[in-house]
Amino acid sequence: MDRLFDVVTVFSLILIVWVLSSVRRSHIRVEYSVSWLLAATVLLVLAQWRSFDDWAASALGLPDSFLALAIFAGAAFLIVLYRQSLRISGLKDSSITLAQQLAILEFRLEALNEKVQAPNTH
Amino acid sequence: MTADAKRVLVLIPAFNEEANVGGVIEEVQAAVPGTPVLVVDDCSVDATRSHARTAGAKVLALPHHLGLGGCVQAGYRLAYELGYEYVIRVDGDGQHDPRDIPTILKALELGNCEMVIGSRFVDGKGSHTSFLRAGGIVFFRAVLRPILGRPVHDPTSGYVGVNRTALALFSSTFPLEYPEIEALVVLQRKRFRFVEVPCRFRPRRAGRSTITAVKSLYYIIHVLLGVFVNILKFEGRRK
Repeated sequence: MDRLFDVVTVFSLILIVWVLSSVRRSHIRVEYSVSWLLAATVLLVLAQWRSFDDWAASALGLPDSFLALAIFAGAAFLIVLYRQSLRISGLKDSSITLAQQLAILEFRLEALNEKVQAPNTH
Repeated sequence: MTADAKRVLVLIPAFNEEANVGGVIEEVQAAVPGTPVLVVDDCSVDATRSHARTAGAKVLALPHHLGLGGCVQAGYRLAYELGYEYVIRVDGDGQHDPRDIPTILKALELGNCEMVIGSRFVDGKGSHTSFLRAGGIVFFRAVLRPILGRPVHDPTSGYVGVNRTALALFSSTFPLEYPEIEALVVLQRKRFRFVEVPCRFRPRRAGRSTITAVKSLYYIIHVLLGVFVNILKFEGRRK
């Protein structure tokens, strides 16, 4: 059982390092890395805080403390994924509006250019 | 597209329709001479844009692919900004017979509805519909009947005309992926009215439909979810 907690600890550390290095290389913007870092840190703390896991397992009626940790980890990552979905939806809406407005502006610019050039052709 | 010719606009959303779009534009021009035609090119990778321009249409070129709803809404937005009174949407694949545009326009001009649907079923003929699509239509008829409080014969038809009131609504709120069915619910929420008129539909002339058999299940789930979200949602984020 201890080995499972160690695996989670290592996984959390790898995730933190991975996210930080992605931020450093500008692959993830800082504001989008916060949720992942927070989730990984919570996971790391819970993997080390065995007395809390034991208490949570007994409070939830679970047979062992690792199940409690797994439930917390699952919940944390579901929250992160949901937050990312919200952001993606907002960004998609914005990009659609921007694309439409850009197309309309180009259309109007083209029409203006045609109007300006029309008298010059005579 | 002059400033004073602001009554009717024919809107043609098109994505990789180089084989069809020119013919559709010519048919539209023959059916309603002098009516401006706007092709909204959804970032095609073929020569749709140039074929449309050659055939005499104006082209609204989207900088990236938005899907049918985003493409149609861009056209509605431009038409609304330019002050058009009526907009009639004809698909760029040639399935809608442009000779029925006057029928749709006449129904809009009567003024007792905000949207007119060109229907392949209202006269009981139901021409050129695949088995899969026909099944989907029957299913969505049943779903929409209690929501709309009245029957709709052809809920998946994209051959529609809208007046300026509906244009104002759709230019700000329009379903983005499979818009036809959800648009009916959006209309209903605003207590807008629609009528159906019989129109001729034909098989697509060339190319392939973007809705394949595999996508149909996704389509049904997506549209069902969209319908119920539209029923539940408050005036939300997207303006």
